[in-house]
Amino acid sequence: MRLRDELRLLVRISRTAGIARRYFVTNGFDGALTMLGLLVGLRVAGPIDLSIALQACLGAAVALMMSGLSSAYVSESAERRRELRELEQAMVTDLTGSAHARAAVIIPWLVAAVNGMAPFLISLTILTPLWFAQLSSAHATHALDLSIGVAFVIMALLGVFLGRVSGTWWLWSAARTLAVGVITVALILLLKL
Amino acid sequence: MAHIKRLVLDVLKPHHPNVVALARLIADLDASYHVDITVQAVDEKTESVVIDLTGRGVDPEAVSATIESLGGSVHSIDQVEAEGAADRPAGPNNI
Repeated sequence: MRLRDELRLLVRISRTAGIARRYFVTNGFDGALTMLGLLVGLRVAGPIDLSIALQACLGAAVALMMSGLSSAYVSESAERRRELRELEQAMVTDLTGSAHARAAVIIPWLVAAVNGMAPFLISLTILTPLWFAQLSSAHATHALDLSIGVAFVIMALLGVFLGRVSGTWWLWSAARTLAVGVITVALILLLKL
Repeated sequence: MAHIKRLVLDVLKPHHPNVVALARLIADLDASYHVDITVQAVDEKTESVVIDLTGRGVDPEAVSATIESLGGSVHSIDQVEAEGAADRPAGPNNI
């Protein structure tokens, strides 16, 4: 069996597609919101060196990735082992070597990769204007504003994605995720006062 | 050597993969295989199914290995139909 077919089979028997989708949205949203908070905080703090802003945001992105990887792996691994044990009890047989035993080993890594990479890649996308600004020596404030805009766009896209998954009106779903971003920004601005 | 043209297996399997996927995976073993699966009983985590497999030269070991690799367990072989090989020389001494 080819690797792709094997992975597809393992995902199917472990019913992982929905879990991975949930992790992607949850932690991806975490990543976008964390970056938004950091960028707004840096923006209201006044003039700041672009490389410091970039390093701070990159540090947070790496921490989010590691947090996503480790937390999902630990919890999924324990959950899969428990499910395998329960299935073995129900089947009254040792499932070593079966697709279920392979899924109990491989699926936690797959889910952990989704959970870790979602906030990391989303954070890197949000930081793209800062990268370009550093390369082209553009104004830090404009780059921060642009990155904040990208964060809002990504949050709206996650909302659209959630709307499509749940079968609700995509605009309503996007408005809800955007509202979370707006409330976050408002709270940060309020704290500054 | 005679070949098996029909095999009926009583199998206990987990809910996943479901019977559709299981039928496809068994049928993929050989182009001549025709798979008929009937669910007999459904439990909380398992289900009992009867797999009725026909084909030219059904390989019971390969079928069992596929079922076991998918977490299933063959409880019994309930029915077998075999056919003598056409190229076997005819004669009174052949059993």
